[in-house]
Amino acid sequence: MTATSQAPAAVELVRVRKEFGSAVGVADVSLKIGQGEFLTLLGPSGCGKSTLLGMIAGFLTPTAGKIVVDGVDITDVEPYRRDIGMVFQSYALFPHMNVFDNIAFGLRMRKLPKAEIAAEVRRAIEMMKLDGFAERRVSQLSGGQQQRVALARAVVIRPKVLLLDEPLSALDKNLRAQMQVELSELHRKTGLTTIFVTHDQGEALSLSDRIVVMNRGEVQQVASPIELYRTPANGFVASFIGEINALPVARYERTGNEAALVLPGVGRLAAPARDSGLIHGSAVRAFLRPEHVRPALPDEAGPNTVSGVVAAHIYQGSHTITRVEVDGLGLIETRVTGADIVSAHPVGAPIALMLDLGEAVLLAAH
Amino acid sequence: MTFARLRSLGFWSLVVAILTYMTLPTLVVLMTSVNPTEILAFPPEGVSFQWYEKALTYPDFQRAFKNGLIVTSLASTLALIVGSAFAWLVYRYSFRGRGVLEAVLWSPLIIPHFTLGFGFLLLGGAFKLQQGYGMIVLAHMVLVMPFVTRAVYVSLATIDPNLARAAANLGASPFHVLTRIELPLVLPGMAGGWLIAAVLSLTEFTASLYVTGSRTQTLPVAMYNYIREYADPTVSAVSAMLIITTTLIMFIADRAFGLRRVLAIDTH
Repeated sequence: MTATSQAPAAVELVRVRKEFGSAVGVADVSLKIGQGEFLTLLGPSGCGKSTLLGMIAGFLTPTAGKIVVDGVDITDVEPYRRDIGMVFQSYALFPHMNVFDNIAFGLRMRKLPKAEIAAEVRRAIEMMKLDGFAERRVSQLSGGQQQRVALARAVVIRPKVLLLDEPLSALDKNLRAQMQVELSELHRKTGLTTIFVTHDQGEALSLSDRIVVMNRGEVQQVASPIELYRTPANGFVASFIGEINALPVARYERTGNEAALVLPGVGRLAAPARDSGLIHGSAVRAFLRPEHVRPALPDEAGPNTVSGVVAAHIYQGSHTITRVEVDGLGLIETRVTGADIVSAHPVGAPIALMLDLGEAVLLAAH
Repeated sequence: MTFARLRSLGFWSLVVAILTYMTLPTLVVLMTSVNPTEILAFPPEGVSFQWYEKALTYPDFQRAFKNGLIVTSLASTLALIVGSAFAWLVYRYSFRGRGVLEAVLWSPLIIPHFTLGFGFLLLGGAFKLQQGYGMIVLAHMVLVMPFVTRAVYVSLATIDPNLARAAANLGASPFHVLTRIELPLVLPGMAGGWLIAAVLSLTEFTASLYVTGSRTQTLPVAMYNYIREYADPTVSAVSAMLIITTTLIMFIADRAFGLRRVLAIDTH
């Protein structure tokens, strides 16, 4: 579900800024998050995503800007009056309480009747598949179970917004995949507006309605996962989301319905003639995913066939990533199914590659 | 015999030697306490518990034990209150003079008890507080404060700062964060610190010698005064009872509060 202009935003950030001394942690971020949306803040460590989350939760005070939740400005509201649920990276479960008391904590702070608390907690325990663990101490739980308790504790208070701060990063790979599915289910069941912080693009792509890519405190792009993968707005997004080959800077030539990239030492490559707003004669950079590069067929020769020498094979089971040193282009990665390429083109052997530039992203080079 | 076995033998011999060296004086005292005759003979010439009976019925020891309990409970409790506040300040805030405060706080670990006792004696003279409970409690409080402060500080420092945030996030006011989260989590540290303080205070001798009088003397001082006049095994019996009592207290405390963790002896 994507935020539309007529639906009231669940969360609205208005030019939110955070400075730490002279360093800028978050630079004037404006965002609207729709009711029930699953929004991901994605970026490398230090990009400001956790700082932004901390400001929404109320643990950090913005240097400037406004945070609005359900139409109410909460910028100066104390964290404990915000009604925002949060799951911490370390889970932050209360070690002196058992599972039941951890989950009940928020409801007790809200002074709900005892019977109601018990019923709500039981429901949360059931939903998070924690049956039989109510009396356990949290230290006796596995990482995955602790994660579920942390989620149950945050969800049971029916917060206006649910914040997830890298909640999967402490889990091992298999568990992480399983918890991704569970997070997705939880979001579907509760319909909670969710803001998820991660540096893992895989998690971001699989879970989100929209992704906000951040770098150095600034928003690079806000888009759906598919849009983000297919049409990254800039070089940073292109290289941060998935694997991508960045070709050297080329001259863009456009004549009628045909376009070409002119690369010194390589020649002309046919480029997509999409209306990309690129100007004839300008400098551009093409970004091409490894799955859009393949070994050329024996008798195939076209405008976008280049030759090179195999530098390395990285066998990944279902597919193989092959690095090819191409004259004038540098290292180009190709991704092909299976392992046939390893025997057909051993390391050091020549290889011809077909570049499917129709799928490439062209960005103006600075 | 292989080299590995030789090395293992050497290692265990060293361990036994160290343990023997450390415990031998105590063992000697414990053994003489059951000597049936009126001399402090080692090895003992038999087994008798008459000195235990004498120790328990000797009026000076009875009163000294009572004095000790009064001084210990007051000094440890005051040290706990002041030390916890110090630990909290040093843990929570960074301020000018924090380093000096810390140095002053740790100083009783460096300054000889003799000096402190002597100092308190002079002070007592100046303020007309000689050999009263007040002066003894004050002296003991200073001596045990570093231990209490350290115990509380360590347990504060091991609390994940996100716990307070998580609680606030769930709707807990700062007061509730303190009472529901932080206090319960430092309580074992406070209890452990209090017990260590109590044991140290109960067995403190050097400083106590200066600040106590015949009416207010604590058990170690009474034992010292006794042995200056009589050389029978009564003091050995008192020693044995004191050791057994403190060992029991420490054992229970370790079980109840995880004393090793509290004192950062065991970091796991």
